[in-house]
Amino acid sequence: MKTYTYTEKKDTRSGFGAGLAELGKTNKNVVALCADLIGSLKMDKFIEENPERFFQVGIAEANMMGLAAGLTIGGKIPFTGTFANFSTGRVYDQIRQSIAYSGKNVKICASHAGLTLGEDGATHQILEDMGLMKMLPGMTVINTCDYNQTKAATIAIAGHEGPVYLRFGRPAVPVFTPADQKFEIGKAVKLTEGKDVTIVATGHLVWEALEASKVLFERGISAEVINIHTIKPLDEKAILESVSKTGCIVTAEEHNIIGGLGESVARVLSLHKPTPQEFVGTNDTFGESGTPAQLMEKYGLNSVSIVSKAETVVKRK
Amino acid sequence: MPSTQHLNDLTIQVRRDILRMVHKVNSGHPGGSLGCTEFLVALYNVIMTRKEGFNMDGIGEDLFFLSNGHISPAFYSVLARAGYFPVEELNTFRLIDSRLQGHPTTHEGLPGVRIASGSLGQGMSVALGAAQAKKLNNDHHIIYSLHGDGELQEGQNWEAIMYASAKNVDNIIATIDLNGQQIDGSTDTVLPMGSIKEKFEAFGWIVFEIEEGNNLVAILNGMSEAKSKTGQGKPVCVLLKTVMGHGVDFMMHTHAWHGKAPNDEQLAIGLSQNPETLGDY
Repeated sequence: MKTYTYTEKKDTRSGFGAGLAELGKTNKNVVALCADLIGSLKMDKFIEENPERFFQVGIAEANMMGLAAGLTIGGKIPFTGTFANFSTGRVYDQIRQSIAYSGKNVKICASHAGLTLGEDGATHQILEDMGLMKMLPGMTVINTCDYNQTKAATIAIAGHEGPVYLRFGRPAVPVFTPADQKFEIGKAVKLTEGKDVTIVATGHLVWEALEASKVLFERGISAEVINIHTIKPLDEKAILESVSKTGCIVTAEEHNIIGGLGESVARVLSLHKPTPQEFVGTNDTFGESGTPAQLMEKYGLNSVSIVSKAETVVKRK
Repeated sequence: MPSTQHLNDLTIQVRRDILRMVHKVNSGHPGGSLGCTEFLVALYNVIMTRKEGFNMDGIGEDLFFLSNGHISPAFYSVLARAGYFPVEELNTFRLIDSRLQGHPTTHEGLPGVRIASGSLGQGMSVALGAAQAKKLNNDHHIIYSLHGDGELQEGQNWEAIMYASAKNVDNIIATIDLNGQQIDGSTDTVLPMGSIKEKFEAFGWIVFEIEEGNNLVAILNGMSEAKSKTGQGKPVCVLLKTVMGHGVDFMMHTHAWHGKAPNDEQLAIGLSQNPETLGDY
């Protein structure tokens, strides 16, 4: 079984900052906007090197989304930066009308998504953002798993024409994907080969899925772990190919199971290949204050939960 | 510059288009459309520097953003008669498979439209973004925008209005259609907003008032004066005092025709008050 290791932990938001800084050098049309969270979004380097291409909008996210839509008219590629909650729920209608329906080339970059935002609590821990964004026609939705992948995704979305929601997080997590990876929107990455169960994970849950696969291997269950960084468009082929072999699947995400990755996968399976599925995600609940690790444990979003769901789903075959 | 006679003829013809469009589908918003007819005719035929054809990026020309998208009948008629698409297409307003949706959109690729609007309060931000893109592109053209007065009740406007002066966006002229009416009644009965002029000034804008917002000459003079104040470090606002339903006597001075179409008899009266000039579509 292929195993993954890491030598350091870094936050995915720093991957965004690094990717944005590189775009500052390579793509003169890229501009950035931020609603008073430069430090949190790690946008300092881009701003330092491209002050004329950065717009501090203050605590006014609705205005930020409209400005971004307007900046595309004239050929700019705007990247907006704020927390996931303020990037989506707070400004849903602005994104819907001025960006998605208008077909504007805006990149909505959202940090501090999910429970791992931690101590600030439920007001800031959005668990519904991927659902909100994937429902918008034409919106591409991406949730990256580590520093390197977030950096690669940030660079890749600048080359994609159309609105994109890029979701990443706050805590330092293992860096285990290659620094030189080519990020292909909509293309799942198979991390381990397995024959007994497919684990499709996104964001911070990808590392947890790899950890779970080690435990499952020791227990005689061979897990195929797929990193599905793009929630929409979903790599249906990769999912269907894998379950054709394994016959069951666990989906894992730092998001409400209502409206998340798991439901997108379930739709694909019910249409093409009905397959037993278990869901790792929050279950129709808000979060609360706590450390990221405590919260992920309490709400069942860690490797322990993935192992448990995998053992359950294998028995349902 | 087109003759005053031609502009007058165009204004009357646009009024006819508006009435016939909303009558045909028994829906749409004639009141605000009629009130802004002179403004939009003046904007597209005299005030704005426009290039032939339509390019979304609009480099090297003035751009217009309609925030109060429900006055789409006036917008569509003026766009068609300015050559962006065939006037016959006005026949398809609000019909299935049409590019002329109830509210303007880029989704069907209608030339002349650069942003969807209808959900109110979003156009100011978009216009400011486009204005900042012009500055980045070293393009010294002006962004024009139009907003309803009732629309200013949407909070996003004030985020944008605050931003505009903070960032010295001085290549925008935002016009407010000050007709004093909204769906549920007069703005003063629905939600009194106090002095809009003082509010804009307090937010650091240069404000002009056009008292006769349905008078072409007054509009041209006022907008020319407003344009002379662009490029001086401050955003420019024009308060355009219009009469909702202007040009059709029974539709004037009331909110009743905000979103209601005339019946056959009312259409005939309205058209008789605006005799055909340049040819119906």
